[in-house]
Amino acid sequence: MVEDLLRTSAPQVLAAVARRYGDFDAAEDAVQEALFAASRQWPADGIPDNPVAWLIRVASRRLIEIVRNERARRRREESLLQDPIACVRGDDELTLLLLCCHPALTPPAQVALTLRAVGGLSTAEIARALLIPEKTVGQRISRAKQRLRDVGAKFTLPGDLEARLPGVRQTLYLIFNEGSTASSGSALHRVELSAEAIRLTRQLRALRPEDGEVAGLLALMLLTDARRPARTREDGALVPLAEQDRALWDRDFIAEGVALITDALRRYAVGPFQVQAAIAAVHDEAPSAAETDWPQILELYRLLAALAPGPMVTLNRIVALAEVDGPAAGLRALDAAELDHYRVAAVRAHLLERAGDLGAAREEYRRAARLTLSLPERRYLEARVARLA
Amino acid sequence: MKYLILIQSNPRSLAAWEKMSDDERMAFGRDHRRLSERMADEGVLVVSEGLADHSLSKWVSVRDGGTISSDGPYAEVKEHLAGFYLIDTPSLDEAIAWAARVPDARYTEVEVRPVLDMSGWEF
Repeated sequence: MVEDLLRTSAPQVLAAVARRYGDFDAAEDAVQEALFAASRQWPADGIPDNPVAWLIRVASRRLIEIVRNERARRRREESLLQDPIACVRGDDELTLLLLCCHPALTPPAQVALTLRAVGGLSTAEIARALLIPEKTVGQRISRAKQRLRDVGAKFTLPGDLEARLPGVRQTLYLIFNEGSTASSGSALHRVELSAEAIRLTRQLRALRPEDGEVAGLLALMLLTDARRPARTREDGALVPLAEQDRALWDRDFIAEGVALITDALRRYAVGPFQVQAAIAAVHDEAPSAAETDWPQILELYRLLAALAPGPMVTLNRIVALAEVDGPAAGLRALDAAELDHYRVAAVRAHLLERAGDLGAAREEYRRAARLTLSLPERRYLEARVARLA
Repeated sequence: MKYLILIQSNPRSLAAWEKMSDDERMAFGRDHRRLSERMADEGVLVVSEGLADHSLSKWVSVRDGGTISSDGPYAEVKEHLAGFYLIDTPSLDEAIAWAARVPDARYTEVEVRPVLDMSGWEF
């Protein structure tokens, strides 16, 4: 309860403090300390009437202490003390998000900084979520802030806002995917990164309600996360879509995602996130694997290949093609595509099995299991080998 | 993505070590320490350790619910793990660049292996 309140307040507080004092780096440190103070005081003393104002006040005081310790800035102190912050401006949160996803930062730095500055997570929580040491996360964040200083990034809404938004969406999607990537280890006391990414994307959507790709991204996350309860077996092996227990899918997420993407496709220019969400929606709405509308999925993958080509898009298109035109057509397309990707072997194995060539399928599954970089996939592929033996 | 940089001890690495002067050995150890510090500073280090001699290993197995620990039958093995760096980098290229800075790479070679992640491709 207190924790949720702190997380939702964090970006507003940081945005307000950073805007007022113009020093993102020091403001970020000060807000972290204010959040920490609140997490200790509020459960005992009760939540203040205006939590955001409380946090801004404490963070400002702390910032002034930080500033006071820097002799060079001593002269600015008086003016700072005379003019406390009263309000949070709407654009501030967007400015903050854009700063954290600044193109001068590496993707891991963007992820760490966004989770802390916008997500309000502590360094320790981020470390547990990413399965890396706290010190490593701390270094990523301080180097990221140093880098922002070096390139002269300011806490102002950039002029090239539209050009910067794809980078923000990409970082949020990266956080979402980290949620399914780094999910080994104990789930206890660990922030679910996929849930965190959904929360942050909801915030972005509130700030940019007319952005079709933000709507598409949120829909894609919801429609993908809906299947999570059915995605892995107890031993960690991946369960392919065709074999998932659809009763385990999250119906609320599916309903919300479908409504979002249906509305977005009607109102905005189409983009890659919207197309991926549309594909996920077709899968999620099929009552059974056999009733999946593969011709529609194939069309959507053709569209996606035109908008945002890549080896995974090609592979998925070939899987859909094989469902529509048969495994022989899929195998021909796979040979013609000449892809260099470790998942080619998995697709070839699947198509060979469908075509009834079980010996060759077994060998390809074996090869795919050796080549994969994913533990759940390896377990699944090994189980396939055993089943065909 | 996480990558493990493995450093093996084998007859070639031992021969290289034998030939090193005291100054070269000092530089070798110092460069390992500096590399760890550099990895930590740049926010890529997960953990790095050097391992004690292979002769100190214990071999553990469980049979009929009982734990058996022994010095092992493998004392004559010519190659064994001597140390490792576990790093988290955005790509294999960066992991290779870090591996190239491991002092052992100047004398023998080091191995870079991807760590399996928990992602899964649904199709």
